Amino acid sequence: MSEEVLQQASPGLIPGSGTARAAKPTRLSPSFISWLQAGPMMLVFLAFFLIPLVFVVIVSFWDYNEYQLLPAFSGRGYTDTFEGCLAQLPDLCTIGKTYLKTLKLCFMVWAITLFIGFWVAYFLAFHVKSKTWQMGLSLLCTIPFWTSNVIRMIAWIPLLGRNGLVNSGLVKTGLINHPLEWLLFSEFSVVLALVHLFTFFMVVPIFNSMIRIDKSLIEAAYDAGATGFQTLVNVIIPLAKPGIVIGSIFVITIVMGDFITIGVMGGQQIAAAGKIIETRVNALQFPAAAANAVILLVITFLIITMMSRIVDIKKEL
Amino acid sequence: MSKTTGTKGVSRRTLLKGTAGLAGLAAGSGAITGFPYVKSADAKVLRYLGTAVNEGDDISKQCLKDTGIKIEYITATTDDVTKRVMTQPNSFDVLDTEYFSLKKIVPSGNILALDARKIKEFDNITPVFTKGQTPGGKKIGGQGTAPWKVLYLEGKDSKKFATSATEFVTLIPTVYNADTLGIRPDLIKRPISSWSELLNPEFKGKASILNIPSIGIMDAAMVVEATGKYKYADKGNMTKEEIDLTMKVMTEAKKAGQFRAFWKDFNESVNLMASGETVIQSMWSPAVTKVRSMGIPCTFQPLKEGYRSWASGFCVSKGVSGPKLEWAYEFVNWFLSGYAGAYLNRQGYYSAVLSTAKAHMEPYEWAYWMEGKPAEKDIKAPDGSLLEKAGAVRDGGSYEDRMGGVACWNAVMDENDYMVRKWNEFIAA
Repeated sequence: MSEEVLQQASPGLIPGSGTARAAKPTRLSPSFISWLQAGPMMLVFLAFFLIPLVFVVIVSFWDYNEYQLLPAFSGRGYTDTFEGCLAQLPDLCTIGKTYLKTLKLCFMVWAITLFIGFWVAYFLAFHVKSKTWQMGLSLLCTIPFWTSNVIRMIAWIPLLGRNGLVNSGLVKTGLINHPLEWLLFSEFSVVLALVHLFTFFMVVPIFNSMIRIDKSLIEAAYDAGATGFQTLVNVIIPLAKPGIVIGSIFVITIVMGDFITIGVMGGQQIAAAGKIIETRVNALQFPAAAANAVILLVITFLIITMMSRIVDIKKEL
Repeated sequence: MSKTTGTKGVSRRTLLKGTAGLAGLAAGSGAITGFPYVKSADAKVLRYLGTAVNEGDDISKQCLKDTGIKIEYITATTDDVTKRVMTQPNSFDVLDTEYFSLKKIVPSGNILALDARKIKEFDNITPVFTKGQTPGGKKIGGQGTAPWKVLYLEGKDSKKFATSATEFVTLIPTVYNADTLGIRPDLIKRPISSWSELLNPEFKGKASILNIPSIGIMDAAMVVEATGKYKYADKGNMTKEEIDLTMKVMTEAKKAGQFRAFWKDFNESVNLMASGETVIQSMWSPAVTKVRSMGIPCTFQPLKEGYRSWASGFCVSKGVSGPKLEWAYEFVNWFLSGYAGAYLNRQGYYSAVLSTAKAHMEPYEWAYWMEGKPAEKDIKAPDGSLLEKAGAVRDGGSYEDRMGGVACWNAVMDENDYMVRKWNEFIAA
């Protein structure tokens, strides 16, 4: 469609074109159009995110009993959550232990998905020449999403269990005498399952950043005598930073709030920030659940703020 | 139509078709008058909120056939059912829930007590619910939220449980069972007779308990009492100190690696047991049956300290009135009339009205499930699959032995809030 046709069809949609204005005076100002364009998303965001969030914060300061919310100001949701945190020093209280564990799992998953995701993206962006193959191979990365979350997790049990494939294989080859217990229902299995699930969220944004790197920059680095490693550190990584940060935000926010994967793969024996919220909701203690949700939100937000200090995503995009 | 005959001429055939169609249309739109108007299309529909225990397709189909009432199941977990009653009382008509949740549901005022006088079989309901004893006269343990403590309300709109029988019934009893530990006899290779075995170091890394605080704490209390560490005044209503003590014992065991995993849902418990990840764990009767139907030996082991029991029943949402309320009574009466009871009995649960269920079962089925006698013929599940071969005896024996051996009931404690916090601490330890 040519620009003229566009102008005739929707005058004013191209604010920069003087001819359109001369031909038909615009009634809508450019800034109003910008608002109009951003409006629907903003409304959705307002209705389904901001307003519910405000409610969560309000409810977190309510009181409750066995069967109802009591709309009177109370810090009970918070004080209960931090119960014993001072008294038990230097030992950690429940909430402290829970967050330490959640952060530890989160860090491990982040580091591993970043490492794997980076190299998968690197391979796709620089070693696979044809567009078709790039598309085909990135689609392969989505295979873990073809089945439901629960089935995917249950499938690990016959593989890693006491009588599972891995253990019986190792015992048969004589490498070990007794089955390895830590393969399943342990931090190992939680991290394995989470990495398996979420590496894809790292691959896509990093690949997207890498594919936009001007190939002549790499050639220039090579011509200037840089080694492969120097090119990687000084050219590719800095330019792929926005992708790395976006991928990291995806992975960290998902893992911080996860309780299903941690529950199933950890045999329900590993604490998670999300798990506390779930238990509270199930016991109909909504204000306490809301208070925990606010705490989780604040901590996750702090992590993301720290990360965006390192890279200014807005500028890089 | 072919081109040669042309499209303008209307043949006799198409004319007939057209008029027939018009007549049909007229009939459909109600344009033809003079016929008696039958309001058959106005289906009787009840929205039924509950856990999966009572919700069989066979039950709803049979109910539609017998009464013309169409049941629409809304299935949720025990916790989610309670949540829904609290937050969306208008989203269901009939509620099927457990007695222990009444301590939360009744004060909310979101349910309507049913009138005992309108329940045909009410006087035939097993004395387990009304008197706390078996039909044979055995006294049943009453620790926890035993059904007879919360069966009646003081008045129609009362939020207080009555101490003696009134006509206002909180939940019309439907189904109940006595739960215990499930074991893998082929892997344990010795008799198990006490709840304390759950914490026996012999089964280190091979034990499990369920991660639903209100039920898990009861199993934990059975274990603590069996080890002789403490004797509770009421396991179902612990003091803060008792909760601390119970959780301390369980936390020590957890830190020592006693538990392989905790389970939360029916299928998880089946998987753990069937794969041999665990050899002893808290379990539910149909889960044991499911493991067994996979060809894997699994016993629902009777223990000397007794069973932990649960029970559920029907009430209606406070929004239900008029003809809908009548249908609800019709449905509840139908449910107690035998077909559903026999269906539940054949799954290893117990029905509230024993006489009607018995009439709907074969004598050999009744002998196996209820009297603890060896099966004369192969025992089949309601769907026709083989459960037990002829000669088998039910774990725990007869109804009298199993229900008579109940020590406590699932409960909501006064210190529920504290207990939930301690449970979270236990998981985090």
